[in-house]
Amino acid sequence: MNLLEYFARHHREILQATLEHVELVGIAMLLAVAVGVPLGVLVARRPWLSKPILGGANIAETIPSLALFGFLLPVPWLGDRAERIAVAALALYALLPIIRNTAAGITGVDRAVREAARGMGMTDRQILLQVELPLSFSTMLAGIRVATVLTVGIATIAAAVGAGGLGEFIFRGLAMVNNQLILAGAIPAAVLALIADFLLGVCERRWQPARS
Amino acid sequence: MEGRSTLEGDPIELRRRIGYVIQEVGLFPHFTVEQNISLVPRLERWPEQRIHARVAELLQLVGLREAEFLHRYPHQLSGGQRQRVGVARALAADPPILLMDEPFGALDPLTRAEVQAEFQDLQRRLQKTIVIVTHHVAEALLLGNHIGVIDAGALVGLYRPKDFMQATEPVTAAYIANVRMLEKMEGPG
Repeated sequence: MNLLEYFARHHREILQATLEHVELVGIAMLLAVAVGVPLGVLVARRPWLSKPILGGANIAETIPSLALFGFLLPVPWLGDRAERIAVAALALYALLPIIRNTAAGITGVDRAVREAARGMGMTDRQILLQVELPLSFSTMLAGIRVATVLTVGIATIAAAVGAGGLGEFIFRGLAMVNNQLILAGAIPAAVLALIADFLLGVCERRWQPARS
Repeated sequence: MEGRSTLEGDPIELRRRIGYVIQEVGLFPHFTVEQNISLVPRLERWPEQRIHARVAELLQLVGLREAEFLHRYPHQLSGGQRQRVGVARALAADPPILLMDEPFGALDPLTRAEVQAEFQDLQRRLQKTIVIVTHHVAEALLLGNHIGVIDAGALVGLYRPKDFMQATEPVTAAYIANVRMLEKMEGPG
């Protein structure tokens, strides 16, 4: 049985696993953006916080993913369901590029523009929402893009704790020494990563602020 | 300002009552000319119709054609045009005071002379108090009705232009000596 036949015969399962995969990554990314962007703003505003926050995110990044899934198992509420563990771990991995790029985007706003905004009598909140965030949007999106591609890959390992997704095929394939099974998980995962990369890249260019 | 100390009251409100033209213009690159100019009126929640009328009026005042420039972004303007939009933005909410921080600093000498002349014309039409920060004594003498010398954050002298060159205060005297030296280098005449 060649690969194409295998895909044709199991397209339902593969589609199902792909959807699970997208769901895991999607929720994790929403969570990471919701936490990471405010942290990035904080890092840009209070430079003395940049060491502890970026350091913390950096450490999270260095934990091997399989170990991180394991560490989260005994955590109350999180450990109750495999999907929760997976989402939490993935969000943790996605955090660093998002925080770093948000902070870099805001710090990179032209000093003259910021001074003008203050001089015109804009409040701190208005400066952040109307000037700094819009101007750092494409840098922020670049961080989200990197994080998303990373997360699509790591999410395959979530199957090890039973969270489902395309990793199911890969782990099953490894156990049965069946390359077709492995590819049935690996190829859709790679395609997903490419699609996410392409779509977010389009957004990034679309929101590129005009350089003065 | 307007009979009140600048130390009392809300600094945000105070800033909105002072038109501010900064050195590198500092237009918002993600805003069109229209959005840049209408910034303070929008912050002050003017009705939309009044904002449109005001923007049109200001563009005419600084000599930019509305149809051509209204929807351009700052990167689509020349340096001189940007500076004019900067002035229009500062004047938008009709502030009683205009503060200009080295407004002609980034221009080459010829453009500078041209814009200075334009500025004098504008000043006559506006009838506003304008504070200009400059490092050029000649510019101060040319444009100022009063010249204040500031050293390390403190006002050390306030002069009429005609009295400035005779001032004896040490910091001012140092500026004057510098001007005289430049005059000598350029030779007689």
